[in-house]
Amino acid sequence: MSEHHEQTFWTKYIFSTDHKVIAKQFLWLGLFFLAFGGFQALLIRWQLAYPEQPLPWYLLGNLFYEGGLMTPDHYNVLFTMHGTIMIFWAITPMLIGAFGNFIIPLQIGAPDMAFPRLNMISFWTMFLASIVLLASYLLPEGAAAGGWTSYPPLSTPVGGIAGEGQTLWTLALTLAGTSTLMGAINYIITVVRMRAPGMTYFKMPLSVWGLWLTSIMNAIFVPIIAAGLILLLLDRTIGTQFFIAGGLATVEGGDPLLYQHVFWIFGHPEVYILILPAWGIVSELLSVFSRKPAFGAKVTVICMCTIVVLSSIVWGHHMYTTGMSPLLGKAFMFLTLLISIPSSIFFLNWLGTLWRGNLHFDPPMLFAMGVIWVFGLGGLTGLYNATVTSDIYLHDTMFVVGHFHYTMAASVLFGGLAAIYFWFPKMFNKKMNPLLGKIHFWVSFIPLNYVFFNMMVLGYAGQHRRLYNPSEYEFLAPISDLNISITIFAIILGFSQLIFAYNFINSIINGEKAEANPWKANTLEWTLEGPIPHGNFATTPTVYNGPHEYSNPAVKDRDWIAQSEPMPT
Amino acid sequence: MSEALAIKDPFGKATTGKLGMWLFIIMDGLSFGGLLIGGAALRATAPSWPNPGDLLNIPLTGFNTFLLICTSFTMVMALNSLEKGSQSGLKKYLALTLAGGLVFLGIQVYEYYHFILDGFIPSTSIYAAVFYSTTCFHGLHVLSGVIYIACILYAANQGRYTAHDTDQVEILGIFWHFVDLIWIFVFTVIYLI
Repeated sequence: MSEHHEQTFWTKYIFSTDHKVIAKQFLWLGLFFLAFGGFQALLIRWQLAYPEQPLPWYLLGNLFYEGGLMTPDHYNVLFTMHGTIMIFWAITPMLIGAFGNFIIPLQIGAPDMAFPRLNMISFWTMFLASIVLLASYLLPEGAAAGGWTSYPPLSTPVGGIAGEGQTLWTLALTLAGTSTLMGAINYIITVVRMRAPGMTYFKMPLSVWGLWLTSIMNAIFVPIIAAGLILLLLDRTIGTQFFIAGGLATVEGGDPLLYQHVFWIFGHPEVYILILPAWGIVSELLSVFSRKPAFGAKVTVICMCTIVVLSSIVWGHHMYTTGMSPLLGKAFMFLTLLISIPSSIFFLNWLGTLWRGNLHFDPPMLFAMGVIWVFGLGGLTGLYNATVTSDIYLHDTMFVVGHFHYTMAASVLFGGLAAIYFWFPKMFNKKMNPLLGKIHFWVSFIPLNYVFFNMMVLGYAGQHRRLYNPSEYEFLAPISDLNISITIFAIILGFSQLIFAYNFINSIINGEKAEANPWKANTLEWTLEGPIPHGNFATTPTVYNGPHEYSNPAVKDRDWIAQSEPMPT
Repeated sequence: MSEALAIKDPFGKATTGKLGMWLFIIMDGLSFGGLLIGGAALRATAPSWPNPGDLLNIPLTGFNTFLLICTSFTMVMALNSLEKGSQSGLKKYLALTLAGGLVFLGIQVYEYYHFILDGFIPSTSIYAAVFYSTTCFHGLHVLSGVIYIACILYAANQGRYTAHDTDQVEILGIFWHFVDLIWIFVFTVIYLI
């Protein structure tokens, strides 16, 4: 299987077609932008707690703003780019780019992706997109400032926020989408075509299921937003008026609501695109660290598939306040609330996996259990946003911000960190320090909950999102202390990530060499001794068992059995 | 390996590359769907919408449509020739398809040129915006197709394909037929109704 390749430094580390190298490239890209976007979050929090006061030295405000003072324009750029970067440049490359690439071929017993060269182009398209995005900061009027959703007319040249940053934003997002689509083609075809003998769909590990379903959703919905972004780009460059209406328009017939529809037809599935890999990974890790089969694994898969279908018909719940007809609003509310059924089922399955398990609290397990908690809270608060009557009050408040940070930021981030702690020994052949990992979990988990839970409290009290200066409103005065304490906890959360950064980099350089199967896991990647060569498996493995056969009584001396080992009879 | 463990593949003998192209055209079709449905939504809410026949040169574009359908036929003939082992037939029909694509693009450029001279530009009206964005998006597909055909023709010239190795030509065919098929939708929606 493994062919001989003459490799130079360039073909081995830079323009590599090896899925494992591309995975690491995506991981570094994602981690860089995670730090970048996280830092922006702290600047936003500073402004909300201490409006119009100079930034302290440790937030480096003097570097970016004159006298460390943030203007409203700067603030608009901050929250726009924070959202954009975190969603499309941090989470997407980390979970889908890095772990999609790393896990899928190894766990299904394939030598590489179906289209290795396309895989390489996918990364470099993403890299180009990153450069375009970062270049927009150098423009005289700064980067995009119309919010991560870039609703017209905020994002259109007439009546919008000045500057070409928005044009580059649109271009960068189109490029990032193209990169995602190349990845999606690869992941889908790889799973369909390259599974090892015996690897039926229901013997695929749940993390592969999550990543596969994510790719299918990407393949369906990213082309649609691409069409919308192209129209927005035309509005910005050659003077069409697709999304401009009313007094701003010079020709009749443009429709800003059309953009919102197109954006959310993609945007709501995007939430699931981001979280499905995390769900899959968590389902698998809970099984590994409970030393038990994943409870109801097939049902979990069916629930995930149901959510894929349902997620495509609920986008209207982002638009209740746009003058939608009440009948349509009710229909979207009903469909949205339907999603809570499959979500609850596999949530119960997670608890079922833990129930009476032999729990090992290693760092990956802590983060996986953290996901259960934060996703539970995020999911439950979603009900208030899905219901028209409560959403009309809560819409565009900090409640929504708290809610989607629980579901998207906290769950997906914890899922990604769990994956890093879990697969680090296979990726880098080194061990991470488990004690630092556990400390990292607790110093992240507690402040994170403080920050996002209290954001919902702020929103319930009436504080709007994207507000430059809450102290200008008298009714928000009683909660200004809460704004300050959230910021303090956010700073703790931000700086505690340095523990992770130290652990991650130090382990790569000085870490102890890891054994082949440190977690005693069943899936195929752990049967390989590191470093894994280009081409992965010396002989194609044959799969006999399901991925979660832990503590099977047929296996006498240990509580695991590799998928490629025949079950003793 | 035992027979029981062999994976049943629902896609039969289709090669991996072919599956990739099918998936790509599904995604591409969704992008076109986004543009066409978006255009339809704008039309439904617009206070007025011109009759396309008053603005556009329907007979000329009708000829263009016919031409594009003919290139689909020549593409089929190219593959057919290769399967029969005729290298010269493959090259001849690929060249004809290439020429057809180029003429299509030429007529589209001619059409645009005259519209722009007449002052019918993308910012003229919402109809013009829909017209240019959709037809230009399709035109870029024809352009990619023409470049793609040129690459395959170059490889065919070097004798890269045989009657037993037709995969690359078939994959090209899938893309080209898709570009054709989608034009029928674009033509109907933008020019006829």
